[in-house]
Amino acid sequence: MADRAPIGSGWRERAPAVLIVFLLAATPLVARALGDPFIVKVATRVVVFAIAAVALNFVVGFGGLVSLCHAGLFGVGGYVVGVLAWHDFNAEPLLFLPGTSNLLVSIPAAAVVVGLLAAIVGAISLRTSGPYFLMITLAFNQMFYYGAVALQKYGGEDGLQIMSNVTLGPFDMSDRYRFFYLALAFLAAAMFVLGRVVRSRFGMALRAASRNETRVIAVGVDPWRYRLVAFVISGVVVGIAGALLAAGQQFISPVDMGWDRSGDLVVMTVLGGIGSVWGPALGAAAFVVLELVLSSWTSHWQLAFGLLVILIVVGLRGGLADLGALAFGRRGTETAHG
Amino acid sequence: MTSSLLIEQLLNGVQFGVMLFLMSAGLTLVFGIMNFINLAHGSLYMIGAFAGAATQAATGSFLLAVVAAPLAGAVAGLALERGLFQRFYARDHLDQVLVTFGTILALNEATRIVFGLTPLRMNLPDALAGHVEIIPGVPYPTFRLVILGVGLAVAALLYVVIMRTRIGMWVRAGASDRPIASAMGVNVPLVFAALFGVGAALAGLAGVMAGPILSVQVGMGEPILILALVVTVIGGIGSIRGAFVAALLVGIVDTFGRILLTPALGGMAIFMMMAAILAFRPKGLFPAHG
Amino acid sequence: MADPILAVECLMKSFGGLRATNDLSIAVERGECHAIIGPNGAGKTTFISQLQGMLRPDAGAIRLDGQDITREPAHVRARLGIARSFQITSLVPDFSVLDHAALAVQARSGHSFRFWRPARGDAALTGPARDALATVGLSPRATTLARDLSHGEARQLELAIAIAQKPKLLLLDEPMAGMGRKDGAAMTRLLAELKKDYSIILVEHDMQAVFSLADRISVLVAGHVIKTGAPDEIRNDPDVRAAYLGH
Repeated sequence: MADRAPIGSGWRERAPAVLIVFLLAATPLVARALGDPFIVKVATRVVVFAIAAVALNFVVGFGGLVSLCHAGLFGVGGYVVGVLAWHDFNAEPLLFLPGTSNLLVSIPAAAVVVGLLAAIVGAISLRTSGPYFLMITLAFNQMFYYGAVALQKYGGEDGLQIMSNVTLGPFDMSDRYRFFYLALAFLAAAMFVLGRVVRSRFGMALRAASRNETRVIAVGVDPWRYRLVAFVISGVVVGIAGALLAAGQQFISPVDMGWDRSGDLVVMTVLGGIGSVWGPALGAAAFVVLELVLSSWTSHWQLAFGLLVILIVVGLRGGLADLGALAFGRRGTETAHG
Repeated sequence: MTSSLLIEQLLNGVQFGVMLFLMSAGLTLVFGIMNFINLAHGSLYMIGAFAGAATQAATGSFLLAVVAAPLAGAVAGLALERGLFQRFYARDHLDQVLVTFGTILALNEATRIVFGLTPLRMNLPDALAGHVEIIPGVPYPTFRLVILGVGLAVAALLYVVIMRTRIGMWVRAGASDRPIASAMGVNVPLVFAALFGVGAALAGLAGVMAGPILSVQVGMGEPILILALVVTVIGGIGSIRGAFVAALLVGIVDTFGRILLTPALGGMAIFMMMAAILAFRPKGLFPAHG
Repeated sequence: MADPILAVECLMKSFGGLRATNDLSIAVERGECHAIIGPNGAGKTTFISQLQGMLRPDAGAIRLDGQDITREPAHVRARLGIARSFQITSLVPDFSVLDHAALAVQARSGHSFRFWRPARGDAALTGPARDALATVGLSPRATTLARDLSHGEARQLELAIAIAQKPKLLLLDEPMAGMGRKDGAAMTRLLAELKKDYSIILVEHDMQAVFSLADRISVLVAGHVIKTGAPDEIRNDPDVRAAYLGH
C-alpha cells in the first residue's frame, strides 16, 4: 500500500488544497491572456475529474475500500442531468415531473439519485471484502454501463447530447468561464468538507477500521455502518462530479462509465497519493494533462501511459503528494506492510 | 422458443461457458494461490488470438495456429510473471489492480502498433467449417462442438492433475492455506511461475478458439476478462470446481439473456446474478478458503 | 455464588473434529482478578475470543452482569463493557498513542456519526484518553505514532485502550507476551494497580506474575476447567501438577 501518512491538522494539511484551488482559479486569466479558450476547457475537465478522484479517495484512501464502480456512479450523475435536460428540451414530462436544465435542481437531483444508488451498491458489496469487494463493485459498474447502453430513448450506445441551454437559477451556464468557476467551487467545497470529515469522529472510526478492523470492533465500533455511510458520501460527491461533466461538455455517454474509466479514476487517485484529501486532485490534473500531451505527440499514447502507470506503482508509492514531502524531507520511504 | 432453438442456444451457452472456463481456470488459481488479481489475463487471451491469426496467415495452417496460441500466451505470461507481477504477490490489491491495469493499456497499444486497427479474420479448415446434425433437425456448427470438446477435455485433465497428482495436492493446499503450502518444501517461485504459465496458455488457447467466431482485434480481451472475473468470484476464488460450475452458469445466462432480453439488458443480467449470489454467499458458491 | 460479573455455562466450540472448548463453565466475581492457566493448546485464546465475541460458541451461555450476551456480536459486547487486550499487539500503525485511546473513548460514548468537529482537540475525547494513558504511564508518548513504539510500549498501549473503554470486565490475553524481565516487572506492578479498579480475566504464561496477581485461578486442560481455586490451592493440587507435568 502506498504510504499513508498520519493526517495532520491546521495549515500544513490545508495549504496544498488552497494552493491547488488558487492555481486553478488563475487558469482562465492565462487563457484570456493567451487568447486560448481551450485552456479553460481543459481546466474544467481537470476540475471535474479532480472532484471524482477526491470522492473516490474518500473510500480508497480513508476507508480502505478499492471501488471499481465509481465511473458507473459518475456516469449516472451525468445521465440525471442529461435526462432532465432532454425532457426540458423536448417539453415532455418525466413521469409526472417536468424536465429542467436548471443546475440548481439537476445537480442536487444527481447527488440524491447517485447517493441512493451508492447506498444499495454499498449495502450489498460491503457484505464481502478484499478481492470480492473489488469484483462486485466492478460488476455493478458494468451493470450501470449496460443500463446506460439500454437507454434507447436517451441515445443508447451513442450517448446523450444536451440540446437545451444549461442554467444556474437566472445565470446562463453555457459561458465557459462561468461554468469553470462553478465547478471549481464544487471542488473547493468537496476538499473542504471531506477534509473536515476525515478528521471528525466519523473519520477517525473509518480510518481506524480501514487499517485494523479487529481493533475497532474490539473497542465497540461496527465498521460496516461507517463504511456504508462513507460509500454513500463518496457516491454523492462523485455523482455531482458526473453532473458537472455532463453539463460542462453538454454530453454524456456510456463511454464515460466504462470499467476502464473506473480504472482511470483509481490511477488518478493513486497518482496523486491516497494519503491526503487533496492529493487525488493533483493526480487528476496530472492525468488529464498527461493524456492531452501524450495524445498530441502520438496516437499510441496509451502505450507510454500504461508503462508510466507500471513505473509509478513499482517506484513512487506515495504518489505525487510524496514528491513534495520528499523534497522537504518530511518523511522517508517505508515498507509496504506496516 | 422452439425446442430445437432452445437446444441450439443451450449448446451455445455451454460452449461459451467452456470458453469462459478456459479463461477462468488460470485466473482463479493465480487469485487463490498467489493472492494476485490479474486484470491483464484478458491481454493473454488477446495475445493468443493474434498469435493464432498471424500464424495462420503466415502458414495457412489452422492446426499450427492452435498450437502457436497457447505457446504465445504462456511465453507472454511467463515474461510478465517473472519480469513484473511476481514482485506484487505480497503487495496489496490496490497496487495489483494498478500494475495490471497499466499492463493492459500498454499491451493493447503495443498490439495495435504491430497489427494495426483492422480486425484480423481467422478461417476455419473445411473439415471444421460445416455443421453436424447432433439430433435430427438441429444442425450445429462443427467448430463450436470442437470448442466444447476441447474445453471439456481440458477441464477433465485439470481435474485429474489437481485431484490425483503431487503438484495438484500442493495446488489444493495452496488455495486453501498459503502458509502450509509454502511449508511443504517445494520451490515456490518455480511452482508459481509454472502455474501462471499454464493459466496463460489456457487463456491463449481460449483466444485462438474465439478467433474464428469473433473477430481478432485489440480490446477483445476485456469483455471476456470481466466475465471471467465474474466466474471466478461466483465460483469462489481458488476453486477450479467452482470456476467450472460458474462458467457454465454464466455462459448459459449470458446467452439466454441476450436472446430473451435486448443485448444491453442481457449484458446486465450476468452482473445482477453475480450481485445476487454474492449478497447471499459472500465467498462464492464453492469457497476454497475456510 | 451471588451475582458474578461474568458467568459462563457449558461453553462448547469445535473446529472440525477438534474440541477447543469443551463444556467450559466459569464464574468471575466482581472486582476479582481471575487467572486462566493451562498448557499450550488448552484453548485459552479460543475461550477469550468467545468471551469477546470474535468467535461464536457452538453451545452454552455467556452472561455479563446478568445479561445474556451469547449471541451478541463483538462490537456490541464492547459497548456492554467487555474490553480485550490482544495477545499479539493489534494497533493502527499511523494513529498516535492518544488517537488510540481517544477512539476507545469515542466508541464508548455512543455512535461516531459526527462528521464536522475535529476529533483531535475534542476535550470530551482527549480528556479521558489522557487519563487512560496516564494510568499505564504512556503520557510522555501521547503524540508518538503506534508504528514507532517499542514492543513494551505497544503492550502498554493495548492496556490503555482497554482501560479507556471503562469496561466492566477486562480480558487480558498474555499482557506480558514477548516482554523482557524489566518490562515484565513493570507490567506486573501496573496490573496490580489495575486490579483494584477492574474485574479481570488474565491469561498469562508467566507463573510468577499469575500467582502474585490472581485472586483465583482456573486451570484449563483440553478446553475444560479441571480446577478452580485460590493460588495456594492450585499450586498444591495433584491433578494440576499432573496436567502440567504429565503428558
